[in-house]
Amino acid sequence: MSVTTTQKRASKRKSAQEGGSFLASLPWIGPALLLILAIVVFPAGYMIYNSTRKISQVGTDLKGVGFDNFAKVFADPNLPRILLNTVIWVVVVVSLTVVISLALAQFLNKPFPGRTLVRMAVIVPWAASVVMTTTVFYYAMDPNYGIFNKFLVDIGVLEEGFGFTKNAVPAMAVAIVIAVFVSIPFTTYTILAGLQAVPGETLEAARMDGAGRWRTYISVILPQLRGAVAVAVLINIINVFNNLPILKIITGSIPGYSADTLMTYIFKILQFDRRLDISSALSVVNFVIVLVIVAIYVKTVKPMKEV
Amino acid sequence: MSILTTEDRASRNTVIWRMVAGLAVAAVFLVPYAVMFIGSLKTRSEILAVPPNYLPQDGAQWSNYLTMWDTPETPVAYNLISTIVISLCATLLVLLVATPAAYYTARFKFPGKMAFMFLVIVTQMLQPAVLTTGLFKQMLAMNLYDTWLAMILINAAFNLAFAVWIMHSFFASVPKEVEEAAQIDGAGKLRVLFKVSLPLVWPGIVTAVIFTFVACWNEFAASLVILSTAENQPLSVALTKFVGQYSTAWQYVFGVSIVAIIPVIALFMIIEKRLIGGLTAGAVK
Repeated sequence: MSVTTTQKRASKRKSAQEGGSFLASLPWIGPALLLILAIVVFPAGYMIYNSTRKISQVGTDLKGVGFDNFAKVFADPNLPRILLNTVIWVVVVVSLTVVISLALAQFLNKPFPGRTLVRMAVIVPWAASVVMTTTVFYYAMDPNYGIFNKFLVDIGVLEEGFGFTKNAVPAMAVAIVIAVFVSIPFTTYTILAGLQAVPGETLEAARMDGAGRWRTYISVILPQLRGAVAVAVLINIINVFNNLPILKIITGSIPGYSADTLMTYIFKILQFDRRLDISSALSVVNFVIVLVIVAIYVKTVKPMKEV
Repeated sequence: MSILTTEDRASRNTVIWRMVAGLAVAAVFLVPYAVMFIGSLKTRSEILAVPPNYLPQDGAQWSNYLTMWDTPETPVAYNLISTIVISLCATLLVLLVATPAAYYTARFKFPGKMAFMFLVIVTQMLQPAVLTTGLFKQMLAMNLYDTWLAMILINAAFNLAFAVWIMHSFFASVPKEVEEAAQIDGAGKLRVLFKVSLPLVWPGIVTAVIFTFVACWNEFAASLVILSTAENQPLSVALTKFVGQYSTAWQYVFGVSIVAIIPVIALFMIIEKRLIGGLTAGAVK
């Protein structure tokens, strides 16, 4: 296997030919470039522009204020709590997702009757929209008519229905569970795909050397999964960081900002305070944070050598 | 003999244990959707009953699946058509635009290649949810506000990145020699792409299509801002119409959700095997 990989790498290196000028590439990359420039660049530029303006609550652009909005954002007493929430949200969701998915993929890679059906069941949260999945959790967690609450009362875990979505800490915990739940399918399938590439002979050799299951997993299988896990983590970081619907539905009705991440805070500032200028500045800060995290991650982990 | 039977029993026990564990895993992932499905079969009063019943007590209200198409809240049939048209067209557009870009960047060096790939990755980090205000203003200016075309373009643009990434690594893994043989025969770049490379990267294309289609099918934030006419809105937005300030028609929320989920699950079922193959070459290098 390592031989074929090396061969692939070598042939890949050779295969990147000189294509000539940027102009010659335009018929190929032009359509993609046009779509990105036409649809993504204007709203992104508009966001950056708005972050330097003073805009009234009815949307009138009053004047340019330079970096005043950013000064206000960084002086905001809510910001430390929101940044802390964002860090907890991303770190806990992504690490739980990866650990559970590693175990689940390992299990789903073993042969047993009905495995295809179990794999199909695991894919369902991926097929369902996040909004729909979160909505059904929200309904089932209701202290009065929620089915999950009734179940917890019936099996004796709870005395009476508990308002999971009514207070910041339990609501945040519920949101984390949902985020992990909807992130597992993609992550598990990516790792499952990675497991297909672990050669049988390597496992055989490790077993012959008398390595235990856990040893084999840590020193033989896990290193082979590096590529798959690296890509899955990168995509999960971006998606979880920018996730709006889960927290909006689950913690949205909680007053104050104790259960907000940057994304939901931006949304509240825009929708309830009608401050397009401040929310734009926050969006720029949000984007820069994602950009820096991804840059550091790509630089150190190198998930995609080709790109 | 005795060793053999012990081994047989052990492996049978292992298989049974795996099946039990498999059942438990499947249950965990299906429970929320079972709640959704059972809820869609309850009457409006029963779904808000305190305490709730696990199963409908007045008999399963299959009629919910008929009445939900004709409610004052939203025209569900139109919403379904909108979702289908927008998702199919956006996926097609992504394929048309991403395939040549992925192919060319994987095969040739050219000035500006790194800048282009960086731009692609940046679009992955910008979600339409953060940019709704700008998108709204832009679509007004382009005279596309409240049209399917606007959402087709937006969905395509924001899902382009992943398709380019995935297909780029697939094209990169096709040995150059395969293409050279065809080039010697005098085939042009485009012919080589269609006749030689595309059939080889088929699993990558399937993976890219699935990702794009599911993302478009479930898109919410931009549709909410760009599409104002009820008939134009996709199912994801239509659902929220059933959630009222004082009372929510949960049975319709769940019924519509089930209808929206089924086509995507069917799609996944068809390509399940290919998906694992697709993610392998895409993710593991």
